[in-house]
Amino acid sequence: MGRYVIRRLLQMIPVFFGATLLIFLMVNVMGDPIAGLCGQIQCDPATTAQLRAQYGLDKPLWQQYLTYMGDLFRGDFGTAFNGQPVTELMAAAFPVTIRLTLVAICFEIVIGITLGVLTGLWRGRPIDTGVLLLTLVVISVPTFVTGLLLQLLLGVEWGIIKPAVSPGAPLDELIVPGLVLASVSLAYVTRLTRTSIAENARSDYVRTARAKGLPRRRVVTRHLLRNSLIPVVTFIGADIGALMGGAIVTERIFNIHGVGYQLYQGIVRQNTQTVVGFVTVLVLVFLLINLLVDLLYAVLDPRIRYA
Amino acid sequence: MRGSTHALKAMGGALAAVLSATALTGCGGGVSTGGSGPDGIVSSSWGDPQNPLEPANTNEVQGGKVLDMLFRGLKRYDPRTGAAQDMLAERIDTTDSITFHITVKDGWSFSNGEKVTARSFVDAWNYGAYLKNAQKNAYFFGYIDGYDQVHPAEGDPTATTLSGLTVTGDRTFTVRLSQKFSTWPDTLGYAAFAPLPRTFYDDHAGWLAKPVGNGPYSVDSYVRGSQMSLRRWDGYPGPDKPLNGGVDLRVYIDNNTAYTDLVAGNLDLVDDVPASQLRNVKQDLGDRYINTPAGIIQTLAFPYYDKRWNTPNGYKLRTGLSMAINRPSITSRIFRNTRTPAKDWTSPVLGVDGGFKDTLCGDSCVYDPARARKLVQEGGGIPGGTMKISYNADTGSHKEWVDAVCNSINNALRSDRACVGNPLGTFADFRNQVTQSKMSGPFRAGWQMDYPLIQNFLQPLYYTGASSNDGKWSNRTFDGLVDRANAESDTATAVRTFQQAEEVVRDQMAAIPLWYQNGSAGYAPRISNVALNPFSVPVYNEIKVA
Repeated sequence: MGRYVIRRLLQMIPVFFGATLLIFLMVNVMGDPIAGLCGQIQCDPATTAQLRAQYGLDKPLWQQYLTYMGDLFRGDFGTAFNGQPVTELMAAAFPVTIRLTLVAICFEIVIGITLGVLTGLWRGRPIDTGVLLLTLVVISVPTFVTGLLLQLLLGVEWGIIKPAVSPGAPLDELIVPGLVLASVSLAYVTRLTRTSIAENARSDYVRTARAKGLPRRRVVTRHLLRNSLIPVVTFIGADIGALMGGAIVTERIFNIHGVGYQLYQGIVRQNTQTVVGFVTVLVLVFLLINLLVDLLYAVLDPRIRYA
Repeated sequence: MRGSTHALKAMGGALAAVLSATALTGCGGGVSTGGSGPDGIVSSSWGDPQNPLEPANTNEVQGGKVLDMLFRGLKRYDPRTGAAQDMLAERIDTTDSITFHITVKDGWSFSNGEKVTARSFVDAWNYGAYLKNAQKNAYFFGYIDGYDQVHPAEGDPTATTLSGLTVTGDRTFTVRLSQKFSTWPDTLGYAAFAPLPRTFYDDHAGWLAKPVGNGPYSVDSYVRGSQMSLRRWDGYPGPDKPLNGGVDLRVYIDNNTAYTDLVAGNLDLVDDVPASQLRNVKQDLGDRYINTPAGIIQTLAFPYYDKRWNTPNGYKLRTGLSMAINRPSITSRIFRNTRTPAKDWTSPVLGVDGGFKDTLCGDSCVYDPARARKLVQEGGGIPGGTMKISYNADTGSHKEWVDAVCNSINNALRSDRACVGNPLGTFADFRNQVTQSKMSGPFRAGWQMDYPLIQNFLQPLYYTGASSNDGKWSNRTFDGLVDRANAESDTATAVRTFQQAEEVVRDQMAAIPLWYQNGSAGYAPRISNVALNPFSVPVYNEIKVA
């Protein structure tokens, strides 16, 4: 197990360098960021040169990348165009997005798995058909439609929530945005759990457990669910990273100042420092969560062991 | 089996701990929409300023909005008429339009108690002009003598202060310009000319985190990127004291959300109604919707560095294209009358005395397909038979109107391929191609005035080598007239001479004027006396809370 973890951690290093280099190149291909800084007016050449030197843009690209990586290991993510250190932007944005993601994950786990178990156990019954239809609708409707619709109905028409989340983004205001963010994944979790449960419900070990006279509740939670959750955990794990990066639509609709917002600003303003910094952290999050998911297999199914 | 349940439970516990921990850190920025009467707080939508909030470094509306509340300069533009009026200036005297003697009024101070003196101005201007400080508005100081030394076009500066600025007393200083510029004092209302307190230089980072100025409001708290709370500063000596207790500026990622928040009653003021909501605005807000002209004009510029667009008969081609554009139809259908068809190259906010002339463009700006076809043909036709109008697709609703303009041109010229839109990904990318002179056809050019002077609508855009002359248009007659106008000591004569210069722009159709842009805003029933100034920024200090 220990060796496996170390091997996985070492594998992360080339992935990390490759990913940051790619992002760095992509942002640079987009063109000269200084051109947009002066608005409709052309920055005079002297100021342009000064700004270029200030942000290190006057150096060749490989040198920029090396300097950037060097600074990165000293914990310096550079400075955004508004004069703020990128680490400061991260300190403001990541807690908000993590909270939003956790809310979404909670919805996925609680609602998704519950519905999945129910439909899996009562296959073909009206509740199964109903939930299947519902998930189909949720999957096929784009997130921004769901988001705007809920915002309009709950926020403006019925006045249950505030249409925009306040700057601090407290948990209670994140419930609806979290639900919107979770919606599509939630539907997949439901369907995944349902299939898995339905498959395992006919397996030998469930029949044995039932034959032993165990109570139905225990059979379902301890025997059936435990084995059926492996694909679901994989999906949810992979989804954490996707949700953090993909929160851009939800964050925009509900005015949540998280990672999506900072990335959007960074891209629109061609701010290399912001984009590369945030994506680097997201890449790390992806890698770590993937590792965590793989380790969780062993907890769920003792038969899976890593040498 | 037991052990693993524990593991799962522990995970759940950790999850809960993280949730509550992050919830705690987020409790700082609660929103207060409170108070009524003269102490009531107005909440208003805001966009994240692109640059640090230094006066000489702020060149877009969002940052300018704050500076307008935090600072008062020597002059201020009347929020209704746009006329430059004395604010901190007791007097500005000149005999030759080159050397100006300025006296600062007594009794003004910054909100931290420091007195506003002649030094406060001179130091701030020197800071703004000095190349090493990389201030984006440095060129505003370009008329002052010695600018070439502190801000050379190439290489390192040879001086740190402008030789044209001399402090002559506690409240007096003189400014020597490098050329005659009679209306120069009227440019002093621009934010770049604001005075700065000592703390700006001594504790720069601290000042940026919580700016200190001499205006009617002071910063109460500022969470960068999300909210700035400004409160009325009771020690403010100026005549325009706030009629409310303060303003909370809230950053919205999308102005659609701001509008929704306004309709839901969580926000008092939206100063940019999104185009997609214009359909509902009457029904949602009734007469709490403002739509007034601002000092912004949209034009189509041409790449004169491209030989195909710079032919002797090219003016006929360009005039023909101008006549092929059905302005009233586009402004009413696409912009729902938040734009006004252009009739000259300035803006109605200047007023007739200021140089706005609604007959200047005349027939050349009126839709006339038959004459358009004739003129385009006489002008040699569209180079290559197809022209692409370049624009940035990331902000605004540029795609819609560019497509409409092309449609109009195609219809008028009876050709499906005369005109087509050419979207570019981001504003930075667009500006990049513009500044590198890479345009192969017409491109969108918007101009928002820096100060309400006819000079500002002509010189930066059409003077040879000027800062925003992106098409690299050059005309000796025009340049001569601008020089003459600037040297004129009588304002009325100067304006008339500028109009003659503008006629050259018209005859050559240097750029096709499209429409003047209006400022649009909406507000909640609990506030009143809301207006937009000529820069389309709300006049915050005059807003009353019911």
